[in-house]
Amino acid sequence: MSFLITTGQYILFLKSIFFRLETRKVYYSKIIDEINELGMSSIGFVAFISLFVGAVVTLQVAYNMDNPLLPTYLIGLSSRDSLILEFSPTMISLVLAGKIGSHIASSIGTMRVTEQIDALEVMGVNSASYLVLPKICATLIINPFLIILSIALGIVGGWLAGNLTGICPTEDYLVGIQYQFIPFNLAYAIIKTVIFAFIITTVCAFFGYNTRGGALEVGQASTKGVVYTSILIIICNYLITNLMLS
Amino acid sequence: MIEVKNIIKSFGEKKVLNRFSSTFERGKVNLIIGKSGSGKTMAIKCMLGLHSVDSGSIIFNDKDFINLSEKDKKNLRHEIGVVFQGSALFDSMTILENVMFPLKMTSKMSLDKMRERVDFCLKRVDLDNVHNLFPSELSGGMQKRVAIARAIVLNPKYLFCDEPNSGLDPTTATVIDNLLQEITYEYGITTVINTHDMNSVMEIGDNVVFIKDGQKKWSGKGEMVLNTDCADLNNFIFSSKVFQKIKPKK
Repeated sequence: MSFLITTGQYILFLKSIFFRLETRKVYYSKIIDEINELGMSSIGFVAFISLFVGAVVTLQVAYNMDNPLLPTYLIGLSSRDSLILEFSPTMISLVLAGKIGSHIASSIGTMRVTEQIDALEVMGVNSASYLVLPKICATLIINPFLIILSIALGIVGGWLAGNLTGICPTEDYLVGIQYQFIPFNLAYAIIKTVIFAFIITTVCAFFGYNTRGGALEVGQASTKGVVYTSILIIICNYLITNLMLS
Repeated sequence: MIEVKNIIKSFGEKKVLNRFSSTFERGKVNLIIGKSGSGKTMAIKCMLGLHSVDSGSIIFNDKDFINLSEKDKKNLRHEIGVVFQGSALFDSMTILENVMFPLKMTSKMSLDKMRERVDFCLKRVDLDNVHNLFPSELSGGMQKRVAIARAIVLNPKYLFCDEPNSGLDPTTATVIDNLLQEITYEYGITTVINTHDMNSVMEIGDNVVFIKDGQKKWSGKGEMVLNTDCADLNNFIFSSKVFQKIKPKK
């Protein structure tokens, strides 16, 4: 029952974001600020994780390919497909759910408990739309770039690991990452990323916006937001994959 | 003028406001007093439309707030200024941006005119050279003054303050009280202040409404609170030993 109530409240929350909008000029500068705050500040973090996971994926693929009949370039091919299809869009989105999502939930939750959202409402501002819509736009714009960066750096990480350990020479790795490349896989990754970005922003904002109480409740809202976002990402990952790849 | 008629607001079984009625006059400092949990803040939040009421009406100069369309409510809200208990300044904005915010959202003024208006309002609350500071860099009293500047920047007809001097030292609290009183008289605003500070009641209360368990128990002028027959109000006022000493003998 409480699940249905929460789902209904979430849908009403989405309605309040997209209806009764403020003027366009109000949103433009906020979207730029949010791109900077939510996206640009995550570049280093995403780059670091992607480089190392790309390296680990390559080492693991090589470890599982002990058959001498299998060509070495398959290491590059497997790493590339793992990164494009699953690691970058899903795992990095889960990591971003923790970083961006908790930031969104706690910042909006703090605004709620310190009456800043009430202040917006009494000024006649649609607080849900003013606070959340720029965040949605920002993540929908910047997250695909982060994921593309993650794929690229993951492949670079794989190349470095293969090269430094000598398990996959550069020539073979380059052949592997170009072999039978399917551009649709990239579209699939970006579609997933966009859907996950929407989930991260709206679910975490929903829990932050409905915080009641004080600092403890802000922390709880942040945790709830990240947990529910992660669960939804995993479920949607399966559904999107089933729809687009099966 | 604001007229509140028979407001009922419940949370489950508990009635937070129980047929609360009162009239708040223009150009006067109207105080709502009462113990913590008596329904003061809820009364103000209902008047501001932050909480819906179960029944009753709230009338701002002949406009029934509850039955207004969303658009008319939005327009009416542009005539309302609010000073929240914790100031509710936007943390991520400078003082200049905080005070300019209502102008940016509602008016079509040029940036220069807006800046002029912000300068005027900040000067009016005796703040200078704070434009580029963030709220966290100001003291509690200064934050309250910024909140007042933000509340009056749109020339409101109605000003609501929720415990404006809570958490402040007596000197700063008096400064804030006097400022609110001056602004009320100067611009002919209908000011409604929630407080349980007896200094405020004695010094600036033109019209005092005492509320207990969500009901109005007494109303009158500030200077009359010490001489009333209302037992609940007497219990509230003379609960401290200091006030017991000044209790008039009958």
